[in-house]
Amino acid sequence: MAAAVGVGQQWVLVEMVQAFYEAPAYHLILEGILILWIIRLLFSKTYKLQERSDLTPKEKEELIEEWQPEPLVPPVSKDHPALNYNIVSGPPTHKITVNDKECINFASFNFLGLLDNEKVKNAAQASLKKYGVGTCGPRGFYGTFDVHLELEERLAKFMRTEEAIIYSYGFATIASAIPAYSKRGDIVFVDEAACFAIQKGLQASRSNIKLFKHNDMVDLERLLKEQESEDQKNPRKARVTRRFIVVEGLYMNTGDVCPLPELIKLKYKYKVRIFLEESLSFGVLGEHGRGITEHFGINIDDIDLISANMENSLASIGGFCCGRSFVIDHQRLSGQGYCFSASLPPLLAAAAIEALNIMEDNPDIFQTLQGKCKRIHRALQGISGLKLVGESFSPALHLQLEESCGSRENDVKLLKRVVDY
Amino acid sequence: MLVAVLTYVGYGVLTLFGYLRDFLRQWKIEKCQNATEREEQKDFVPLYQDFENFYTRNLYMRIRDSWNRPICSVPGAKVDMMERVSHDYNWTFMYTGRVIKDIINMGSYNYLGFAQNTGACQEAAAKVLSQYGAGVCSTRQEMGNLDKHEELEKLIARFLGVESAMAYGMGFATNSMNIPALVGKGCLILSDELNHASLVLGARLSGATIRIFKHNNMQSLEKLLKDAIVHGQPRTRRPWKKILILVEGIYSMEGSIVRLPEVIALKKKYKSYLYLDEAHSIGALGPSGRGVVEYFGLNPEDVDVMMGTFTKSFGAAGGYIGGKKELIDYLRTYSHSAVYAASLSPPVVEQIITSMKCIMGEDGSTFGKECVQQLAENTRYFRRRLKEMGFIIYGNEDSPVVPLMLYMPAKIGAFGREMLKRNIGVVVVGFPATPIIESRARFCLSAAHTKEILDTALKEISEVGDLLQLKYSRHRLVPLLDRPFDETTYEETED
Repeated sequence: MAAAVGVGQQWVLVEMVQAFYEAPAYHLILEGILILWIIRLLFSKTYKLQERSDLTPKEKEELIEEWQPEPLVPPVSKDHPALNYNIVSGPPTHKITVNDKECINFASFNFLGLLDNEKVKNAAQASLKKYGVGTCGPRGFYGTFDVHLELEERLAKFMRTEEAIIYSYGFATIASAIPAYSKRGDIVFVDEAACFAIQKGLQASRSNIKLFKHNDMVDLERLLKEQESEDQKNPRKARVTRRFIVVEGLYMNTGDVCPLPELIKLKYKYKVRIFLEESLSFGVLGEHGRGITEHFGINIDDIDLISANMENSLASIGGFCCGRSFVIDHQRLSGQGYCFSASLPPLLAAAAIEALNIMEDNPDIFQTLQGKCKRIHRALQGISGLKLVGESFSPALHLQLEESCGSRENDVKLLKRVVDY
Repeated sequence: MLVAVLTYVGYGVLTLFGYLRDFLRQWKIEKCQNATEREEQKDFVPLYQDFENFYTRNLYMRIRDSWNRPICSVPGAKVDMMERVSHDYNWTFMYTGRVIKDIINMGSYNYLGFAQNTGACQEAAAKVLSQYGAGVCSTRQEMGNLDKHEELEKLIARFLGVESAMAYGMGFATNSMNIPALVGKGCLILSDELNHASLVLGARLSGATIRIFKHNNMQSLEKLLKDAIVHGQPRTRRPWKKILILVEGIYSMEGSIVRLPEVIALKKKYKSYLYLDEAHSIGALGPSGRGVVEYFGLNPEDVDVMMGTFTKSFGAAGGYIGGKKELIDYLRTYSHSAVYAASLSPPVVEQIITSMKCIMGEDGSTFGKECVQQLAENTRYFRRRLKEMGFIIYGNEDSPVVPLMLYMPAKIGAFGREMLKRNIGVVVVGFPATPIIESRARFCLSAAHTKEILDTALKEISEVGDLLQLKYSRHRLVPLLDRPFDETTYEETED
């Protein structure tokens, strides 16, 4: 009904009136409703999106004056147990001087006793003479030394994987590795007793986290099944959500191992990738010290990423991840603790290489360690009032109170008295 | 204007070629050099989306040889580099076994020249190494607190002029684990646009609300502060518990120095707290090397949390936080790093102690003071000469970090390679560390650079600049003109 100017207005009007009568009913009703709606919109009040309270500048000044922030940190009481550190004088080896008292050292993670080893120290000295102490740069900008490359190669060869990558701090290793692969929207199944570094890595990755009960494969399978049924409802989304399981070889919080063979079966059944954190089990479990994969006799290619820190058995500082090149190479550009942080001081890398040499040359130290662990485990079993938690071959054990005193504070005080004696 | 257009054209061409090659790779016409997934895991959800790695595969791979260059000597003023060649356009590298000697090192963060393998620092570190061993094998709250650590912390507190201090094993970890201990939900963090990844990660992990103000822009910061206090939290309108301002002393990609007097004035007016990250500025600024606070002549007690790292000026590794005694006591008990992460390694601690004493002059010589002065002279001289030559340089006149603008993607690779041919090692940075059209080459000056070294470097830079047409600046500086102190001089691009 384009109103083209016709011959004589009256004639056009007549045509319009005729069309009006000929139009179907619903058309007329629709037009009527639209006209009414327009009239309503024209006359209704406009709503503001945000209530911008127009405060006068004087009121703003008053508000700023009134506002009192909290103190930056809350005060800490003087006898908080964690405030006063024990001062260790001298090297933290087997015999240790704490607060001027000589004790046998059951507290450091020096599992293979390599902290005091002369060969390790000599290697570090040689490196110190050649390179100085610091590296003065991240890996990308002239911070890559030939010792780093050598250490990466040696670790990859030792663990029988394709590639390894080194971080300059043990905590940062797993906390940078997880967010490099798992982003917002991905799903991670993690054990309840995972260590703090893993928790921080998960928090930084912003993925969906599903906790399963410690070492409980039935619980994990239940969660995986739930996830599978969710996936079937939304297959397009499921095709791009990555799924990971993060477990530790030897848990620091409980002292037991994860059931790796069952995990591998679950991996292939539900198509999830496994990230294994071997901080305590590297250099401890297995015939040659290769960790829990050797302990259970599993093909190392089945695990997507193994991460460990060198601060326990290797008596150095730093951490590494190893796995296939496909997986590890990604971290060279997207691992935050790798790209944005200075590289490991070369003397610590040289110490780690020498420690690896010792580990490869003397495979019987692992047997010695296991034997000693079993002895201590047996000896500590019979103490009344204290319960021993941890596997028999684990070098890290927890002693817990059999019965709780009632409140957590009293428990902590009692344990501290045991420790101080 | 022309430069901006050409830069975009350059990126456009690269992107087109990138799509073409991806297409060829998918249809197997061109060989795929990437590592691939295992056969057994082909039906798993793919680990990386194809698009995420587009930039890596097509742009980064072409110029990958400018980064991760392996060196095999101490990272001082001159360094030896291992030679590597690539036969398949940078997909794999092979080491020929030859070593390129005496490359002038303008890339390492060696501001005061303490990266040495001889001298008092190294001898002290060697002694401690033979006594204590290399590692610590324990966290700080357990058996990891050696007497050396206590000594170090007292020394840091004295150096900075604060009440007390605490040292950590890694600079990145210091930020990412202590900011969550200081602020939490219900607090507000105001962070500069160009803050380092560790500060951003720490702020995110803390759970507080984050608002970003424009780089070094005090009006933007003031506006945010006013709005925050007046309107409170976004939906509940309750007042904020605390406000923390995160700034850095020297920004490593821009070379600009924070406007500290104005930030402190704002902080006092609006009752917020200031967290200053002096990773690059400690040891490098100030008449006696005590950082950006001394550079402006302010009181260190005005800054609530002074954080820094030992990697750059002290030639060691690790980070520290200094401040009032209550703050440090609180961090000793509640910081994640103290409870769960290993402490500093003993020889590294000794290196820090010796170098700090040297800078303070406590070891009896004036070596430290001379280094600081030498660095300041080098900075001024280098920057002036580069400006005279006509390059575009960002940053403050006194900062030892000198970014030289390249803009076009092809010049990134070309600059790095040409300088290496002339035996000078430089650092080039592009996306994602900088905005995509503002790629740059960054020079880090050092007290170990003598005037001859700088002159050689300047000559070569000028040559390469002429070759690649990098002298964009239309402002020509009259030589030997004494300019007064100027804050954050930005050269404008042709618009």
